Amino acid sequence: MKAETTKEAPKKKGKKVKGPPQIVVNTAFCKGCGICVEFCPKNVLAMKGAKAVVIALDECIECMFCELRCPDFAIAVYPAEG
Amino acid sequence: MAFDYDQYLRVDRLPHIWCPGCGHGIIFKALLRSIHGLEIDKNDLMLVSGIGCASRLPGYADFNTLHTTHGRALPFATGIKVMKANLHVIVTSGDGDAVAIGGNHFIHTCRRNIDMTLIVFNNSIYGMNGGQVSPTTPYGSFASTAPWGNLSVHFDFMKLAQGAGATFVARATTYHVKLLEKVITQAIAHKGFSVVEVLEDCPTAYGRRNKMRGPVQMMKFWKDNCVMIDALDKLPLEEAKEKIPIGIFCQTTRQEFTDEQHQVAQRAMGEE
Repeated sequence: MKAETTKEAPKKKGKKVKGPPQIVVNTAFCKGCGICVEFCPKNVLAMKGAKAVVIALDECIECMFCELRCPDFAIAVYPAEG
Repeated sequence: MAFDYDQYLRVDRLPHIWCPGCGHGIIFKALLRSIHGLEIDKNDLMLVSGIGCASRLPGYADFNTLHTTHGRALPFATGIKVMKANLHVIVTSGDGDAVAIGGNHFIHTCRRNIDMTLIVFNNSIYGMNGGQVSPTTPYGSFASTAPWGNLSVHFDFMKLAQGAGATFVARATTYHVKLLEKVITQAIAHKGFSVVEVLEDCPTAYGRRNKMRGPVQMMKFWKDNCVMIDALDKLPLEEAKEKIPIGIFCQTTRQEFTDEQHQVAQRAMGEE
């Protein structure tokens, strides 16, 4: 089981006390169905080849729907601390 | 914190066998979250399945599990519940397994009102067998055995379950994941026989024959066509007819089979 972080959570300065969450896509499990990409309300995810990747982590509102609707146990959303 | 599914999984078996976009994984995850939410110990839970795609599920779950014959998951589960009444027995079954081949067992388990939970993975087709028509294939849909469209009307086994005497009857879809988790949680907590129908997508056997090539199109269909049962009355009659109701249809209580059996056993042994 190899989990790959597609993008590290960047540290934000200024107004926002809470940083962006961390989204981990396990590419070994992702079958590329595209459900997470289609139903993300903020277009945080996109398809790259046959795998889901994170493209706009700052937009994430932590609704968790990508994780809840992923049939393949491939996405984990870790909400920001604080 | 993301939910840790691994604590309930046989991790070495993953990734699972289901097709890309198959709704089974979504229901499986909702079931694991419900079990976690109810704080049920792994050893106090029994997962039983018959034959079919949905019946592969217990193979991935780290509970007491049993994989049985086609359509006969409910009789096996009844046997387990009667002997070990303290176990939470959950049956996972496909639409063909539960209401076609096991249809008679389904009726009589409803009638008996035994304290178990049945989750029917309704993908409207016999997925594993090769896309044949099942009793829940909608009228006019195409299947490998209905190349000109299905001629018979599909049946609503939510009404059958209520008529036969199940005391908790609910329907959800793989699009409405929050509702799905809620109804599964209530079904497991309910004392008596509970039936949960989950409308889900089968892009491989059903979708590609019915102009819904991908799982996304199929999930959008649930999004556009399903309405909560309470909101259905507020719609105009013509519109309401075409919608699929979801939510909890029935939640009542009546005498439960294992309780009755326990009382009879005590009477027979003169311990009344």
